[in-house]
Amino acid sequence: MKKSKILMMAGSLLLLSLFALPLWNITLEAPQYPDPLGLNIHIDGLQDGNNENDVRNIDLLNHYIGMEHLPKDLPEYHLFPIIVAVMAILGLIIGFTGKPKLYLTWVIVMAILGIAGIYDFYLWLYHYGHNLNPNAILKFVDKNGNPMAYQPPIFGSKQLLNFRVHSFPASGAYVMFLGILMTIWAFITGKKES
Amino acid sequence: MKFYFKMLNVLVIAAFSLTLVACNGGNSKGGALKNSAAEKVFVAPGKYDAYYAFISGGFSGQLSVYGLPSGRLFKVIPVFSVDAEKAWGFNEETKPMLQTSHGFIPWDDSHHPDISQTNGELDGRWVFINANNTPRIARISLETFETEEIIEIPNSAGNHSSSFVTENTEYVVAGTRFGVPIPQRDMSIKDYKGNFKAALSFIKVDPKTGHMNLDFQVLMPGFDYDLSHPGRGKSHGWFFFSTYNTEEAHTLLEVNASQNDKDYIAAVNWKKALEFIKQGKYQTMPARYAHNVYSDENHTATSTMEKSVRVLDASKLPGLVYFMPTPKSPHGCDVDPTGEYIVGSGKLAAALTVHSFSKMLKAIENKEFDGEAYGIPILKFESTLAGTVEQPGLGPLHTEFDGKGYAYTTFFISSEVVKWKLGTWEVVDRKPTYYSVGHLMIPGGNSRKPFGKYLVAMNKITKDRYLPTGPEVCQSAQLYDISGDKMEMLLDFPTVGEPHYAAGIPAEIVKKHSKKFFKLEENKHPYATKSEDAGKVVRKGNEVHIYMTMIRSHFSPDNIEGIKVGDKVYFHVTNLEQDYDVPHGIAMIGARTSELLIMPGQTETFVWEPKQVGVWPFYCTDFCSALHQEMQGYVRVSPRNSNVKLSWSLDGE
Repeated sequence: MKKSKILMMAGSLLLLSLFALPLWNITLEAPQYPDPLGLNIHIDGLQDGNNENDVRNIDLLNHYIGMEHLPKDLPEYHLFPIIVAVMAILGLIIGFTGKPKLYLTWVIVMAILGIAGIYDFYLWLYHYGHNLNPNAILKFVDKNGNPMAYQPPIFGSKQLLNFRVHSFPASGAYVMFLGILMTIWAFITGKKES
Repeated sequence: MKFYFKMLNVLVIAAFSLTLVACNGGNSKGGALKNSAAEKVFVAPGKYDAYYAFISGGFSGQLSVYGLPSGRLFKVIPVFSVDAEKAWGFNEETKPMLQTSHGFIPWDDSHHPDISQTNGELDGRWVFINANNTPRIARISLETFETEEIIEIPNSAGNHSSSFVTENTEYVVAGTRFGVPIPQRDMSIKDYKGNFKAALSFIKVDPKTGHMNLDFQVLMPGFDYDLSHPGRGKSHGWFFFSTYNTEEAHTLLEVNASQNDKDYIAAVNWKKALEFIKQGKYQTMPARYAHNVYSDENHTATSTMEKSVRVLDASKLPGLVYFMPTPKSPHGCDVDPTGEYIVGSGKLAAALTVHSFSKMLKAIENKEFDGEAYGIPILKFESTLAGTVEQPGLGPLHTEFDGKGYAYTTFFISSEVVKWKLGTWEVVDRKPTYYSVGHLMIPGGNSRKPFGKYLVAMNKITKDRYLPTGPEVCQSAQLYDISGDKMEMLLDFPTVGEPHYAAGIPAEIVKKHSKKFFKLEENKHPYATKSEDAGKVVRKGNEVHIYMTMIRSHFSPDNIEGIKVGDKVYFHVTNLEQDYDVPHGIAMIGARTSELLIMPGQTETFVWEPKQVGVWPFYCTDFCSALHQEMQGYVRVSPRNSNVKLSWSLDGE
């Protein structure tokens, strides 16, 4: 079998790791949390990031600022697994065809889906950061007198009250990136081979 | 007369050496020494101590947990005395823990903690400790640092030669200090001699759960059994007890029990005892003793009254017990890490007596006896003697070992710790204590594998050592570095109650198993409330049961109406938190009990019997969160004949 084929198929199969590994991680550090709180975002839901009960304990803290409970169920939790599975199977089939052009198409579709996914993620972060209960226990305002928002960054670190919040891709995302890189490599070697 | 001359001699030597020490301390080296001592005990903020020290509370009845080398106090674990801070003996769940055959007892005198062992080495699973006054043994879990089990000892009084474990924690052993009529009966005290008896109790420990069970007792002559230690290595299977009052005096013991030139160390062959049990050579005696067990599953204790005990009569079972003559009312009875040497500290003697286990076996084989006492063979003094530490100090009490061939003995009268060499019996160093030291502790110093870096001396008298606090001043412990040739005193720190004895262990062995919180879903308390929706108030006649939850920062329900004067109101409160270090407390105005201090995932209960009509508040007693001050609620109490319906709510819902 051609090298490009193997790369394309292996790369797309790596997508399946997302069924086990988290896509993103948000970690909250504060002095009284020597073991920081962590939230792991998987394609099908939220899980404790660093310690047992982290999601539960983040929710508990969020009630002070009037944030909604973190979502136990979202349409995305059902949609994302299907998209990932379909893309992995598509990649496998495309790999079989051995057509570099199709490889590239797969990469472009993957990139569009990725950007859409990150935009969706941003919308949810915005929603949770801004939709606060007007009867919240703690109500802070910014310099201009506007209610403070508690939106974690999409990528990077930010101070939110006593917490330093870090938001970065997690292991699943890295494996997925590696997979995508392999498919790009497949495209390049595929072109050379033909 | 000769003896007094000897004593005088020792006194002069002791005084002379003290002067020497004082001179050394007084010169210009003092400053530099002090600096290095400070560095050796400094544990930087946020850093951990290298050792846990479990120090007995004596007349406080509790067990305190310190860090070494810093001497910082972490926790006082309630064991035999009620503790209002932790609701120990106040809440409905722990009241059964303090039940005895005499009823509920709110206090005792805790003496000798010992850590469980596997293959003769500390395994850090449990600490055992004895109640001296109303004889009991407690087992404390080193996962929760809470008392999990207390068993009463029948046929015993002054449970002092306790609670030491065998090499694999097969048994925790308890001896009696007072001879008493066995079974108890109405008789004249004057008839003590020959009629009063003593019991040595062997409590079997379940290797998985730690659960204790009084397996058998060895019935002994009515001497006073002062301290004990297990054989280890080659002497595993034997247990050694020091005795005094072999005179069998029953009055003015101070004089009358100090007449015999030698008392005994009793060597009990407990493996032999097991054979006798198998052969059915025991007597089942009726007895009443409480067995109290606390469960982390339902967070509740139960108390069961046991009804009988198996007894082996040492006077009638040859080979079970031998006496080794030991000068002058020995206190400590300490076995070195190899199991060969048994050190008897004759507290009124001018020398330390060391017996040899292998010589003892040979003497038994060759029947080198020097008579008998109540049918128990007395071995010839010279036949078991390994050596004598001559003129080491005054009033030797207790010895531990560093695992490098040295022993360290405390001297109560001359207030010092003396280091001497096993085998040559020569004294190599001595350091003063402040003052009147009782026991000492080297982590693992009573096991096959001592950790010979630190030594803690526990003192009975402090006088001028700390800022005065009126007539009653603290007792104290002193920390010595014993890693070098000479001991160096590093630290002096006050203790909780009277520190009779301690057990130390490297923190590494214990800390990784320390529990962070109880899982709510595993809570099997019959009155647990696992979510706010499940909160309710139920009336059964004049009993009212409140199923309440607590979470940052509110109770649910927090408004309750329909309680009446004359009701007996049970607050069953569950802490819904599932995070480390988020306890909540609760206290009710006018409730004749303590607060509750409830760990995450736990349920506890207090009872309130309102006597007055009104609206009465309750609140959280542990500063749990920024909204702690808001964590409060009200109960409306109506007259006895009122029609106010039972209702409860949170936020009006």
